[in-house]
Amino acid sequence: MTQHSIDRPAATRSFTARDLASIATFAALIAALGLPGALQIGASGIPITFQTLGVMLAGAILGARNGFFAVLLLEVLVAAGLPLLSGGRGGIAVFVTPGAGYLVGWLLGVLVIGWFTARLLPRYRVLPALGATALGGIVAIYLIGVPWFALSTGTPLWVALTGAFVFLPGDILKVVITVLVAKQVHRAWPGLITPRGKSARTEPISA
Amino acid sequence: MIGFYHPGHSLLHRAPALLKLGLLSLLIAVTVALQEPWQLGVVLAVAVLLAASARLPFRALWRQVSPVLWVLAIAVPIQLLFADWVMAVMMGGRLLIAVLLAALFTLTTTVGAVLDACEQLLRPLRRWVDTDRIGLLLALTIRSIPVIAAIVGEVMEARKARGTQGSVMSLAVPVIVRSLQSAEALGDALIARGFDD
Repeated sequence: MTQHSIDRPAATRSFTARDLASIATFAALIAALGLPGALQIGASGIPITFQTLGVMLAGAILGARNGFFAVLLLEVLVAAGLPLLSGGRGGIAVFVTPGAGYLVGWLLGVLVIGWFTARLLPRYRVLPALGATALGGIVAIYLIGVPWFALSTGTPLWVALTGAFVFLPGDILKVVITVLVAKQVHRAWPGLITPRGKSARTEPISA
Repeated sequence: MIGFYHPGHSLLHRAPALLKLGLLSLLIAVTVALQEPWQLGVVLAVAVLLAASARLPFRALWRQVSPVLWVLAIAVPIQLLFADWVMAVMMGGRLLIAVLLAALFTLTTTVGAVLDACEQLLRPLRRWVDTDRIGLLLALTIRSIPVIAAIVGEVMEARKARGTQGSVMSLAVPVIVRSLQSAEALGDALIARGFDD
């Protein structure tokens, strides 16, 4: 065993047992949030669910790296043939449908949210956090999802964008929930994400 | 955890997952390159023949293919509005074929076989990626899903008992905190088994 751990690759050695445990747990959480069943709005085939809430929470609570791998892990299991997306969807077919861009968008979204959250901590003021979470949880996801849908179906970009706006109210609600939850969780459980940025270094932590 | 796999002994069932994955990518690339509707018709016929040879139940196939039909029901009329019928047929045909072929792959390949194929694909990257840890991570996630689902269920019941059903916060905060506690226990268990050594 010790022989094995010496020549373990450097890149994955930087993942501690706690990292792996939280990545696996959040991947499972995103899957569990899809279980009650999708609430289908409109007929564009992209159901609105609490799973995007799980994606936003992964970024806001685990940070960019671990949050990213939690989402990636869930998507690998989906592609492998497990029905873990809302409404019991799954299989590699999900990744060739016009909605697949949103799944790729999740990966960018979680990175954006995690990057900004690390810079907003330890204070995590609500207004900047709302902006950062909306940037990752809405703008980044739509940025990939909408053009992908347009390209895949051959519809004009504005038609795809109009269709996407159906999900906007739900997504705004999820952004607000994510920030309020993350605020409470970071206060109750400091140290989940290592704060980066100016304020973290100069200001003494006052709590 | 039961996936979409449907047991069988056909050629498709017995073919190696990596080969099927390669053929799937190749066929999808071919459909993108094709320009004539009749050529797509040939590929579609091949896909349907493959499905018939694998003796897959119609319902299992339908479950995989039907979501894209909803998209097509919207997108095809839009195409007819902005472009001509050839474009509409090509777009619809490509999507239908891609989803049908992908469904054939998923229905004839076990989750374990797909994950093994992924591990084989990652093997050249061994210097940077520890495939053993990825395998452990996949297993931990599959094991965590029922645990987290039980947490969500318990919190929903507790919420009902306290009469705070309307509030999403009273669901989300306890679910996250208890999930983090569960992750911590899992991390401790891994450390206790010498994982970080």
